[in-house]
Parts: sequence; structure tokens; C-alpha cells
Amino acid sequence: MLTLYTRRRIINVTGLLVSMLAMAFGLFWLCWILITLLSHGLTALTPAVFSQMTPPPGSTGGLLNAIAGTLMMSLLGTLIGTPIGILAGTYLAEFGQRGWLAPITRFINDILLSAPSIVIGLFVYEVYVIRVGHFSGWAGALALAIIVIPIVIRTTENMLRLIPNTLREAASALGAPQWKIVSFVTLRAARAGIITGVMLAIARISGETAPLLFTALNNQFWSADMNSPLANLPVVIFQFAMSPYEDWQHLAWAGALLITISVLTLNILARILFRQSATTH
Amino acid sequence: MKSTLLHQARLKQQIWLDMLFRGLTRLSAFGVLALLLAIIASLVMGSMPAIEAFGFHFLVNDEWNPVTDEYGALVPIVGTLVTSGIALLIAIPVSFGIAIFLTELSPRVLRRPLGIAIELLAGIPSIIYGMWGLFVFAPLFADHFEPWINDHIGTLPMLGPFFAGPPMGIGILTAGIILAIMVIPFIASVMRDVFEVVPPMLKESAYGVGATTWEVVMKIVLPFTRIGVVGGIMLGLGRALGETMAVTFVIGNAHELSKSLLMPGNSISSALANEFTEAVGELYTSALIELGLILFFITFVVLSLARLMLHKLGKGEGQTT
Repeated sequence: MLTLYTRRRIINVTGLLVSMLAMAFGLFWLCWILITLLSHGLTALTPAVFSQMTPPPGSTGGLLNAIAGTLMMSLLGTLIGTPIGILAGTYLAEFGQRGWLAPITRFINDILLSAPSIVIGLFVYEVYVIRVGHFSGWAGALALAIIVIPIVIRTTENMLRLIPNTLREAASALGAPQWKIVSFVTLRAARAGIITGVMLAIARISGETAPLLFTALNNQFWSADMNSPLANLPVVIFQFAMSPYEDWQHLAWAGALLITISVLTLNILARILFRQSATTH
Repeated sequence: MKSTLLHQARLKQQIWLDMLFRGLTRLSAFGVLALLLAIIASLVMGSMPAIEAFGFHFLVNDEWNPVTDEYGALVPIVGTLVTSGIALLIAIPVSFGIAIFLTELSPRVLRRPLGIAIELLAGIPSIIYGMWGLFVFAPLFADHFEPWINDHIGTLPMLGPFFAGPPMGIGILTAGIILAIMVIPFIASVMRDVFEVVPPMLKESAYGVGATTWEVVMKIVLPFTRIGVVGGIMLGLGRALGETMAVTFVIGNAHELSKSLLMPGNSISSALANEFTEAVGELYTSALIELGLILFFITFVVLSLARLMLHKLGKGEGQTT
């Protein structure tokens, strides 16, 4: 017969052990995935990957057109999405104290933030690809921009809310008009945080596959024409990994390693940047 | 005299600029609203032909035949719900453990790096999970785990039929496990965040009367943050429901309803990813868009509930009762 005290201690120790195991379980998958990626990806990562086009099955080649396509679409998606996101985030933080628009927008934005990305692909297909009549890089960039907007809105609003009100009042007391207060005082003070948000958004879209399937599609050849189907890393990885050809699968691993490294680097950089700015202020 | 006129003109200009700036930000905020409405409208319009052709029967029909142009959403809907359900079954206890570890147990030095490591797990693109699942996890699972499952769980009287079937590696169960790995970081980081809002005074009081760490977690932290924890779980569910690439690689893409979790199946998102660009004919495309509409509707409801719950917790935060 155990005393109450021993029983409580046993439950405590078991519970805590199990939560430690849970932590180990989480880290275990991260390590396993990274190790697999490195071991498969590093052997496939040759200079040809960066200098040649995607090959037909059975011959050698690289991923140059896919890398270029991903860079172009991510850049354009960010350029379209960021200004809208920052403006809307500014509205939520600075002007939306009263009225119905701000709470509803905030709610909708939170939903769009984790809405299935494949549905966004469907949406762009419906409103753009069908109208134009063909898949294109623009459609891909548009789909990515729609994913960028909610992320940027969220971080912009959060960062602006961290700015102390005394700063706004000081600027106001000097007679600055509101647009100047917001754009030259508060937005500038929140700059590091907002840049962090944009970096996280870029990290998110550079690995997105689902919304590009029905928008940018794919292109086996070099193309810098945004108005035609554009090769991009995620879709190429998808196509090559699902194929039975071994050299295609090798290239898919190389692409997967490239994407993961850049996404994780962006994530870590964003954190470092944000932390540095937080300590200097 | 002249200077006051100039002054007034400048004031007027600034007021005008203020209005312009405010209008611009307002317009952008309104754009988000319009975006949601446009998404819903375009999906509804796109799926009109299928809605007209099949009506509500679409939801319960398990036929999916492009040759005879007969479509039903039952198989993908069940696949989506079952894979997400498996994912949550695994992810909830694990995330809970991780959140407890990060808030109560971890040495202060390790807290940050470990938290970042878990968040990095969330940052890995889903296509990487899919690839890893297909090439690394599925073969291992087929060789080592599924025969065991067949022998030990597959022979049980009630549960048996769900775990019988050839060990192929790909299928509903594999997809569910991969999804679980993907949603663990989302749920864990929300749980950690809500655990951190518990006032230290409450916890210290409990410790003061002699409660163990586990008792503090179960009887103080968890009841205090219950709504937030459920909100975090719903957020993870929303992710799991809409996840596309990771599932597409490992679910097997078979439009068949089978009792066994080891058999291949299909989910809404993987059906879309696989078939949409190849769909010919208005009805086929429209049926796929209706699948997208159903997916959007389900995730919208789940995510709304999640947000409402997290919001409620946030409101109670400031009150001391």
C-alpha cells in the first residue's frame, strides 16, 4: 500500500518524464528530417544544379530555371503583398480604434493566415488564369502575394502596438500631421519588427507548392517571361520526386535541400535581427 | 498677412494628406475583407455546375468516376477528416508535453534554443515532409511497423478491421502520422504561449501549499488556460485539414472507401493537387472546385472557433477575480 505522498511523487515523476520524452520526440523528427535531407541532398548538389536547366528523364541537368522562377515569383509576390499588408496593418493599429472595420478585418485576417493554401491557388486560377487563358508566372506571384498579405498585416499590427504612445504624443505635440507621425515615427520605430515579418513571409512562400500548381504550373525550359508558365522549385520537386526516374529524384533532393536551407536561414536571420533590435532599443 | 495665408494653405495640404493616408490604409484593410468575399464567391461560382448536377447527394456519394462523369465527395471528405483526426490524436499529447517542458521544466539556458528548434520544425516547407515521408518514412513503416500492427492490433476483435491490410507504407495512417509531425509545432507553440499567461502568483500559491509540478500543471495551469489550449488545438486542426503536399505524397490517392487505415485513400487537398490540372470537362473541374469549397468551409468554421476561443482567453487575461 503506497502512501499518498509516494503516489503523488510517482505521478509527478512519470508525468514530467513523459513530457521530457515528448520534447525529445519533437526534436527527433527535426533531426531525422534534416539528416535525411543533408545525406541525400549534398551528394546531389553539384555545380550543374546551378548552371543547367531541368533535364528530360534519363539525362543530366540542373535546376537553374526553377531556381530563377522561384526567385522571381517570390520577389514579385513579396513586392505586391508587402505594401498592402503594411498599410492594412497600420490601419488596424493606428486608425482602427473605433468602428466595425478593424475587428472584422483582424478576425478575417487571422483566418486567412492559416487558410489552406491550395484554395488560394484555386481562387487565383478562377479569377486570373481562366480569364487570361493560360498559366503564368504572374498568376503564381499573385497567389504568393495573397499568402504574404496576412502575415505582414499580423506582424505590422503587433509591432506597431509595441510602440509606446508617448512617442506618438511627442510627435503630435510638435505639430506633426498624423500621416507624418505614422510613417516617420511609429512605422520607423517598428521597422525591425516589420522587416522580420516580411522575412518570415518570404520564408513561408518560397516553399509553398500547392498554390503554384494551378497558377504558375511548370516549365521545362529557361524562361524569364512572367506571362508564360514558369518553372519553380517546389513544383519541380513535386514532379521529380513523384517520378520513377532516379536522376530526377536526385535533383528533387538537391532542390529540397536548397529550399530547406534558405527557409531555415531566413527564419533564423529574422529572429537574430529582431532580437538585436530589441536589445539596442 | 502673407505668412498666415501660406500657413493656412500648408495646414490644408497636411489635412488633405492625412485624409489620403488614412483612406489608403482603410482601403487596404477593406481589401482583406474583399479578398475573403472574392474567394468565397469565386469558389461558389466555379462549383455551380457540380452543385446543380449533384445537389446534396455530392456530399454522401462515394463514386468518383471521370469516365461516366459521376462525382461524389464522400471519399476525400472522410480521408481529410480521418487523417486530421489521427494527426490530432498523436499531436495533442506530444504538444502538451513539449509545452510543459518548455514552460515548467527546461533549464533557462535551453528554453530559447529548444523553443526555436520546435518553431523551425514548423518552418520546414510541407513538400519536404511529403518527400521525406515517401522516401524515408513510408518504407521503414512498411517494413517494421505495419507487420507488427497487422499481427498485434489487426487481430483484435473490435479494432482489428481498422488495422488489417497489406503493409504498403503509404495510406491513411502514414498520412496521419506525417500530419501529426507537421502540426505538433503549431499546437505546441500556442500551448506554450497560453501557459505563459498564467499569473506566477497562482502557481506559486499552489507550490506553497505543497503541490508537485505535475499537480500545478494539471490543476492550476490547465484549468486556467483551457480555452486557449482548445483554441490552439483547433488551430492545429485547421492546419491539418488544409495541408496539401505532405499528404499528397503519402496518402496513395485512391478514390476508395476502405475500413482499414493501412489502405490508400484520398483527401480533399490531395485530390485537388493531383487531378485539377489534368481535369478535362466542365463537370470534372467544377466537382473539384466544389471539393475546394467544402474544404474552405470546414477550415473556416474550425479556424473561426479557434480564434474566438483564443480571443476569449485573451480577454480574461487582464481580470483578477
